[in-house]
Amino acid sequence: MEYILSHPFEILKMTGEHLLLVGVSTAIATLVGIPLGVFLTRRPAWSRWVLGAANVIQTIPSLALFGFLIPLPLLGGIGARTAVVALILYALLPIIRNTHAGIASVDPAIREAGVGMGMTDWQLLTRVDLPLALGIIMTGLRLATVISVGVATIAAAIGAGGLGMYIFRGVSMVDDQLILAGALPAALLALAADFLLGLLGRAVTRKPLLCMKLLAAGALAALAAGGAFLLASGGEAREARPIVIGSKNFTEQSILGELLAQRLERAGFKVDRRLYLGGTLICHNALVAGQIDAYVEYTGTAYTAILKRTPVSDARRVYDDLQKSYLEGFGVRLTRPLGFNNTFAIMVRGGDARRLGVKTISDAVAHARRWRAAFGVEFLEREDGYRGLAAAYGLDFAEPPKVMDLGLTYRALADGKVDLIAGDATNGLVSALDLFILEDDLGYFPPYEAVPFVRADALAGHAGLQEAIDSLGGVVSDETMQRLNYAVDGERRDLREVVGEFLDGLGR
Amino acid sequence: MGKGDFAVELEDVGFVLGNGKRLLDGVSLRLPAGETLVLIGRSGSGKTTLLKSINALLRPTSGAIRVLGRDLADWDPIRLRRQVGYVIQETGLFPHFTVEANVGLVPRLLGWDEGRIRARVQELLRLVGLDPDLFGARRPGQLSGGQRQRVGVARALAADPPLLLMDEPFGALDPVTRAELQEEFRLLRDRLRKSIVFVTHDIREALALGDRIGLMSGGRLLRVSAAGDFFQTDEPEVAAYRKVFA
Ligand SMILES: Nc1ncnc2c1ncn2[C@@H]1O[C@H](COP(=O)(O)OP(=O)(O)OP(=O)(O)O)[C@@H](O)[C@H]1O
Ligand SMILES: [Mg+2]
Repeated sequence: MEYILSHPFEILKMTGEHLLLVGVSTAIATLVGIPLGVFLTRRPAWSRWVLGAANVIQTIPSLALFGFLIPLPLLGGIGARTAVVALILYALLPIIRNTHAGIASVDPAIREAGVGMGMTDWQLLTRVDLPLALGIIMTGLRLATVISVGVATIAAAIGAGGLGMYIFRGVSMVDDQLILAGALPAALLALAADFLLGLLGRAVTRKPLLCMKLLAAGALAALAAGGAFLLASGGEAREARPIVIGSKNFTEQSILGELLAQRLERAGFKVDRRLYLGGTLICHNALVAGQIDAYVEYTGTAYTAILKRTPVSDARRVYDDLQKSYLEGFGVRLTRPLGFNNTFAIMVRGGDARRLGVKTISDAVAHARRWRAAFGVEFLEREDGYRGLAAAYGLDFAEPPKVMDLGLTYRALADGKVDLIAGDATNGLVSALDLFILEDDLGYFPPYEAVPFVRADALAGHAGLQEAIDSLGGVVSDETMQRLNYAVDGERRDLREVVGEFLDGLGR
Repeated sequence: MGKGDFAVELEDVGFVLGNGKRLLDGVSLRLPAGETLVLIGRSGSGKTTLLKSINALLRPTSGAIRVLGRDLADWDPIRLRRQVGYVIQETGLFPHFTVEANVGLVPRLLGWDEGRIRARVQELLRLVGLDPDLFGARRPGQLSGGQRQRVGVARALAADPPLLLMDEPFGALDPVTRAELQEEFRLLRDRLRKSIVFVTHDIREALALGDRIGLMSGGRLLRVSAAGDFFQTDEPEVAAYRKVFA
C-alpha cells in the first residue's frame, strides 16, 4: 500500500497504459470477432476450422505467443503494437464463439418468421439474430475483456508497459509492495470492466438495438483514441535511431541492461531501454529481429537454450563456439565477457568453511555425510544438476536433499536449517549472509559467463560502440555482481543510482 | 387483378426430402382472387408445408407455383413475402419487439414513414380487439396465448397484402372469443376482399369461413369442394370428419 500511496501519478499513468492496451485490443477483437462469428453462422462449414484455430491460439501460453510474434514483420516487434496483436488473438475466441453460439441459439421458428415476413438476410441479422444473441455475445465480450486485463500484465514482458511492469519488477525483487502496485489496480480494472459490461449486458434485454449501437460506437471510439495514441507514440520512437538495450526480467539482468545503457550514454550515444523483457527467448528473438541492439546473455544459457548443445565445462570453447554460430546464424557478436560467472554454486556457511578448512567441493565430500542439503526443484531435477554432481564428486548426504524454493535456501543455510545448498553465484545474499562458495575443482558446472550480445550491424553502424561496450570487459567480478544485486534487491536502492555510482567508481 | 385471375395456382407440386419422404405429393389447386380456401387435414398432413411453399420459405422439388399472377421463380422472394400476409402457426412473434413493433414490422421493412406506421398499428390492434394503449408497449411474453394470436393476425394484415396465408390463426382461443373472431374475420374478409388460404383442424371453422375447402392427407390434396358440398362424397377421410361434426 505504501508504494501505491506514494506514487499515485505513476500508477495512474501505468493504469492508463494498461487500459489503452486492453481497450484497443478488445475493440479490435470485437470489430473483427463479431462479424467473423456472424460469418460462421452463414458458412457453417468454416466454423470448425475457425473456432478450432481460435481455440489453439487461446491455449498458447502468452509468453510463447509474444515470442512467436516478435520476429514477424509489421505485426511483431517489441512494444505496444505486438502486445495489442497478442491481446486481440486471445480476445477473439470468446467473442467469435459466443457470437456464433448466440446466433445459433436463436429459436429457428423466430428466424423463419423473420424470413417469412420478408426480411433480407441483413435485416434478419440486425433485427433478429444479433438482438436475440446479444446477451450471449456480451458475456463473451466480458470474458474477453477480463482475460485481456490479465494477459496485458504480461505485455510488459515485451516492452509494452502497463501495470505488468510493477509485477515483473516486484517478482524479480521479491517486493510485495511493487507486485501489489501492479496487481491491485489490474484486479480493480478487471472488476470494473466486468461490472460495467455486466450492466450493459442487463440493459441488453430491454433495449437491444440501443445497446448494439452503444457497443459499436464504443468500440470505434476506443479504436480511434488508441490508434491515434499508438501512432503518435510509435512515430516518436522511430524518429531518432537510438541504440536499444534489452534485458530479461530479473534484477541482475536489469542491472546489466542499465549498466550497458549508462555506459553508452556516457560515451555519447542515445539509448532506448527495453528492460524486463519476458525471458531468454523473447530477448533472443528481439535481438535477432533487430528490435533490440544488445542485451547481456549468459554463455551457458545461449549454448544450451538457444543453440541446443549439450553443456560443456570448457569456458573458452563455449565462448568461441558461440561467437562463430551467432555471427553466422544471427548476425550477432559477443563482446568481451563482463567478468563474472553466474553459474550454479555450491555454498556452505562461511563459518563452517573457515572452521573445517573446506575450499572446494572435493574438500566437502568427507563432511557431507553429516550434512543436510536443500536444493531448488530445477537443480534436483536436471540431469546436469544434483544427480550429475553427486556422481562426479561421489557426494552423499545424511538424508536425501530437501526440495525448497531456490530463494529460500540461502536463509535456510544461514539459519543452520541445512548445511549445503546450490545457489546462484551472484546472488546478493551470498556476501550479506556470509555464505561461502565452494570451488568447482573438477569443473563439473558449465560456464555461465555474462557477455553483451550485440547486433553486428549496430556495431558497424555506430563508430565507437564496440569500444564503449568492450570497456566493460572484466569489470564485474562475482563479488561486484553480488554487491550490486544486494544493493537493488536487499537494500531496495534505485537501479539507476546503483549503476551510476558503480560506473563513477570505475572512472568510466 | 381482374375477375377470373388466380391469387395462387399450384400445378402438380411435390416435395420430396433427401431421405425419400414425401411431404407434398402431386398437389394442384387454384385460388381465385378474393376467395377463401380453407385447408383441413390431420396433423402432419402437409398443410404448413403447403403454405410455406406458397411463401417461398420452402422450395418444392417438383411442379410449378404461381402467386399473384407470377411464377414463383420470377419473384424476388423478399418482395413476394412482403406482399403476402403470413400468420404463423404458434404465432412466431419476435420476443424482443413490442406488440407495436411486431405489428409494424412489414410496413417498416417497406419503408413507410413512422407516423403512418403508428396510425396503421393502432387501427389494426383495435381491429383484432386489443387496446393499443394497454397492449402496444408490451412484449409478446406479457400476453396470453390468444392475445398473441391476435397480434399475429394484425401483423399479417399490416401492409394490406392482397394475399393472406393463415396457419391456424385461432387455434389457441377459447370457444367464445374464437367465435367472435371468426365473425370479425368474415366481416373483414368481405370488406377487404382478400385472397386467403386458411389452415385449420376444426371442421366447423372450415365450414363457417371457407368459400371452398381442401382436404389434405399424407401430403396429398384429396379433394377440393365448395364449402356446402364438403360432405357430398364417399371419401373415407371425409366420413371421419362427418363423424366429429355430428
Ligand atoms: N423440415 C422438415 N424436415 C423433415 N420433415 C418435416 C419438416 N417439416 C415438416 N416435416 C414433416 O412433414 C410433414 C408435414 O408437416 P406439416 O408441418 O406440413 O404438417 P401440418 O399439416 O401443418 O401439421 P399440423 O396440423 O400438426 O400443423 C410432417 O410429417 C412433418 O413431420
Ligand atoms: Mg401445421
